[in-house]
Amino acid sequence: MSRILPSLTGVRRTIVFGAAFTVLAIASSFVLDPFRNFQLATIAATFCATAGLTVLIGWSGQLSLGNAALMAAGGYGYALTANALTDAGVDGVPRFVLALLAAVVAAGALGLLLGLAGARLHGPYLAGVTLALVVALPAVTSVFSGVFRGDQGLQIAYDGVPPLLRTVVAVEQWQAWVAILVTGVTVTALAAVTRGRLGLRMRAVRDDETAARLSGVRAGRVKVAAFTLSAVTAGAGGAVLCFVTQSVSPGAYTLAFSLLLVVAVVVGGVGSLGGAAIGSALIVMLPWLVGWATSLLDLPSEVSQRLSGNVSVLVFGLLLIVVTLARPGGLAGLRPRTRKPSATPVVPAPADTARTDAALPAASPPDPVSSIHH
Amino acid sequence: MDRLALLLATGTARGAVFALFALSLVLIWRAARIVNFAQGAMAVVATYVAFAVTGLTGSFWMGLASGLLSGAAIGFGVERGVMRFAPRDNPLAGVIVAIGLVMVLQSLLGIFFGQQHLPMRTPFDDTPIVVGGVPLLSPYDVFVLVVALAVMGALALLFTRTSLGLQLRASAFAPEVSRVLGVRVGRMVTIGWMLSAAVAALAAMLLVPTELGLNPHSTDVLFVYAFTVAVVGGLDSFAGAILGGLLVGIVMTLVTGYLGATVAPIGVLVLLVVVLLVRPGGIFSMREARRA
Repeated sequence: MSRILPSLTGVRRTIVFGAAFTVLAIASSFVLDPFRNFQLATIAATFCATAGLTVLIGWSGQLSLGNAALMAAGGYGYALTANALTDAGVDGVPRFVLALLAAVVAAGALGLLLGLAGARLHGPYLAGVTLALVVALPAVTSVFSGVFRGDQGLQIAYDGVPPLLRTVVAVEQWQAWVAILVTGVTVTALAAVTRGRLGLRMRAVRDDETAARLSGVRAGRVKVAAFTLSAVTAGAGGAVLCFVTQSVSPGAYTLAFSLLLVVAVVVGGVGSLGGAAIGSALIVMLPWLVGWATSLLDLPSEVSQRLSGNVSVLVFGLLLIVVTLARPGGLAGLRPRTRKPSATPVVPAPADTARTDAALPAASPPDPVSSIHH
Repeated sequence: MDRLALLLATGTARGAVFALFALSLVLIWRAARIVNFAQGAMAVVATYVAFAVTGLTGSFWMGLASGLLSGAAIGFGVERGVMRFAPRDNPLAGVIVAIGLVMVLQSLLGIFFGQQHLPMRTPFDDTPIVVGGVPLLSPYDVFVLVVALAVMGALALLFTRTSLGLQLRASAFAPEVSRVLGVRVGRMVTIGWMLSAAVAALAAMLLVPTELGLNPHSTDVLFVYAFTVAVVGGLDSFAGAILGGLLVGIVMTLVTGYLGATVAPIGVLVLLVVVLLVRPGGIFSMREARRA
């Protein structure tokens, strides 16, 4: 990545590039129609969550299948605070900022709790706990239906375009701006944090926890920090999604959606922020594209209904399998390598190793069992 | 009091199903060191086969048999076709591939059979028999318990009394040594997957008739419960899976009976987190070697 502006380094470089991408994304909203701008806002909100997830999976080696539940925590935190502030007579920018903060705090607190449990677990155990969390989400909202309003969810007051901009932009474009701005700030902060000491420690813990401990890294704290970080970004994403759709309900944060977040991360390339952006665009656009394509085919309504819900899931599932087996670097790994593979922050076993394995003589077939260390 | 007796009895029957499914997770864990997150989706495909065969032939038993066989076939296909190629140096890869399988299998079922709940009838009466004025198990619950016990017994005999069982255990514990001694370790892993998938299919076929009906997502919650059971019991322990299954089944039935069905998933989550915080290796696990 060090080809453009090589003199710019460190945190400053991250901030400059983050700001540039944010401005670029906001500029692109001018050439899109309102529905495209709505999709752009959704992609931005999703990217906010997947950016944290890709750092969690790729850098700290913890797999969460339940980040949709953390997004929901952010969404509910946002909606509850926004409604309370509306009742108190606060609106406009202060309401948005305060509600966003509440969302981040709510999701961060839940993430901290989960992270504390998760720091003692490895691999499949944490995946299972987070899976149980997202499965339990509808139950939580209906048990505490006094607060969360059950399956129906919460609605919030409509946030219009500020008077100054009302002549320039439509409401969808304004929402896209807000979504992109929040995501830009969140992801830039995330990039700055992970490119620093914490990122180094996360990778040390991921690659060899024992060695990291012996070198004085407090592995538990690093894992909890990584989990909380991903929860905070998921909470911000959930809040933005709530802002864009003016509602939050358990139906929006199902297990299926939670798994889609993992798809976005894996397909884009585990550990890569750019990959997470591509993956987020994919998981928002592909279901819509499939729905559009099936509507063109003029099929009987029952058939097209079956196809529209399932074809994109089928494609995502296949992508997940193929990418993990054949190209663990994901789409981000397609760009020409400028650094040594060992220096890239992706999950081990890049494509190069796979190729050398395949080139070995058949006399020593890869042994499926012996290389497991437990 | 009557209600408690009924709940305990039905909880035992549900627990037996959870135990069977958890046992299937333990089987794969021991054979391949993978927690198979696709186990539920694989089992529901086999249940669709059983449903179709029962619909065609009118015989529950033909359906059950074909479900078991297709379960084993799916296990074979998944291990030889996909899981064998999962990168071994990264434990998350297996989980991610399994999640991909879940999405593929469930969406294919959705495309071919639709998302609606297909009614699946129990082969026996499922109203509780009244014993001494207290309603207890239904004939179907008794059938479930008998089948579960028979399968557990058969598995125990297979693993402790047969040459195949010895080879399966050997290749799970010491693959290198086993290979040197002439055990076909790769084949043993495949057999472990087939056994496991068949047991999971059986558990799904026993559970689905007592629930809303057959749907591509019928086993999602069963998987979460069984995962909890396997974690409570320790992923390495057959006895742990069985005891954990009964424990989780009874606790969940009590929670559902007294607090309502919506609370049950929260109960599972709390149980899972508490067990993992107190004893991360499961209640019945052996101590792991100290690493640092």
